[in-house]
Amino acid sequence: MTAIRRYLPSWLSSYAALYILFLYLPVIFLPIFSINTAATPKFPLSGVTLHWYQELPRTPALIDATWNSLVVGASAAILSTVFGILAARSITRYRYPGRRTVNGLIMAPLVLPEVIVAISMLLVMLQLGLSLSLFTVVLGHVLVCIPYSMTVLTSGFEGFDRSLEEASADLGESAFGTFRRVTLPMVAPAIVSSLLVCFTISLDEFIIAFFLTGTEATLPIYIWGQLRFAAKLPGVLALGTLLLAASFVLMTVAEILRRRAARRTQNEGGLYA
Amino acid sequence: MTAAAEGSPPLRMARARRSPLLQSEAVQGIALISPTFLYALILLVLPILVVIAHSFWTQDYLTIDHTFTLENYRIALTEPIYRDLLWRSLYISLTVSLLTVLLAYPIAYFISFHGGRQKSLWLFLITIPFWTSYLLRVMSWKVILGYNGVLNSGLMGLGIIDEPSTALLYNSSAVIITLTHAWATFAILPIFVSLEKVDRTLVEAATDLGDGPLRSFLRVTLPLSAPGVISAALIVMIPTVGDYVTPKLVGGKDGVMIANAIQAQFGKASNWPLGAALSVTTMVIVSLMAGAAVLVIRALQRLAR
Repeated sequence: MTAIRRYLPSWLSSYAALYILFLYLPVIFLPIFSINTAATPKFPLSGVTLHWYQELPRTPALIDATWNSLVVGASAAILSTVFGILAARSITRYRYPGRRTVNGLIMAPLVLPEVIVAISMLLVMLQLGLSLSLFTVVLGHVLVCIPYSMTVLTSGFEGFDRSLEEASADLGESAFGTFRRVTLPMVAPAIVSSLLVCFTISLDEFIIAFFLTGTEATLPIYIWGQLRFAAKLPGVLALGTLLLAASFVLMTVAEILRRRAARRTQNEGGLYA
Repeated sequence: MTAAAEGSPPLRMARARRSPLLQSEAVQGIALISPTFLYALILLVLPILVVIAHSFWTQDYLTIDHTFTLENYRIALTEPIYRDLLWRSLYISLTVSLLTVLLAYPIAYFISFHGGRQKSLWLFLITIPFWTSYLLRVMSWKVILGYNGVLNSGLMGLGIIDEPSTALLYNSSAVIITLTHAWATFAILPIFVSLEKVDRTLVEAATDLGDGPLRSFLRVTLPLSAPGVISAALIVMIPTVGDYVTPKLVGGKDGVMIANAIQAQFGKASNWPLGAALSVTTMVIVSLMAGAAVLVIRALQRLAR
């Protein structure tokens, strides 16, 4: 028994290290093979080149897809963060009957199969006579981004010292003035964090965009189309590497901001806690 | 997911103007949340109701016949192709949730009990891959498991096999491996959260009363973390049953899942009602399976105590 006690932590930490390797290893192959001269991703590497990256800006379809993704991502991020602010504020600040049910419904897209969410929206949009476009993609992305926005924002709004707002109100500030001059500066990092998280999700999201877009492609849809051609794989790997790097940077910044927001309102807990 | 706990309203204010305050509190709260609520209602609840309605209708070329029928459900449940796809999807999602939970538990335990000051760094390390594109993560498994892939060329380079194995890619095992990797983070976080809530003094008490580390883990820590295990299992099981990308990219013929058939009904085959019935059937059956899983875990939890 004492043996277990002594060796367990070290076993666990080697397991943890292996697990991290399992999480990261598959993803690391994308950048590795994106600078390989051979068109097929296999070992040993045949040589190092940046050729596949240089090809990227020369592909008009890719430029269009990038632009579309940026527009969709920015719109989805702003809209879902606005919806998220309203809902998170309501959930953390007020008490009313049905609060948990409403919250559950708003968070539901997180745990439903994406395909089913996507085809349900597709059916309704077609029935309403909405023609499929980047606009319908934004509508879909907002729905799936709101739960994440809510999670980030509630962790930023919670534990927020309400006496500050009360003091502001007592000193004669209007409700809007209090929000703008007291609440907003406190929660600004959480809001920026939510914007970044939603932008990243929209940038990487495939299924909903796949079902709800018309003829315009976003980056994941462009990648999906290229996957059919074996010869295009290195280009896709290069593009994928850039997307991975973008997600990594955006999420790191978002996490730093979220922590700062949580510290400001003296609240602990991760994105999921 | 969201910690719903909320600070109690300041007492002196409540005493000063209780009933009008409470009333306006509720009204303000509901008014604030209603835009988001309405959005979810219009783009989630309404669409799901429309899907359910469609599942009872039939389609003749492009026109929908609105007469009530259970024909689509008969097809969904008895046609061998859909029955097989449904079984396979359920089997894959059950296996994946079991695997992710088993693999995730030790790491969640490690971070919670031995993470020390690096806890948030560990959590950050674990969440980062999850934020990268799902499509790209699946694609990387295709690169690894493919005929000319990393694993084959690596194994050949080491002299373990003479020619590339075709057994790695395009089957349900490839789907299971890929999904287990893709959903790992989802399983770790809920388990970690519930382990964090385990009162450490209870574990100490068990040790003081003579339980060894294994016994105190089995009788105290594990049962107390059951809620986390339950939500981890559900959070993986329900979405993976309807996964489309993974079977399409690494599943091949033997790894096709129900979502691929659903997509076909809304695309090429163009039979919306049948696609709707397949979606509803999948959701109902996976909910039943999830319910059963919860019951099993709860029963095990009682047994352990």
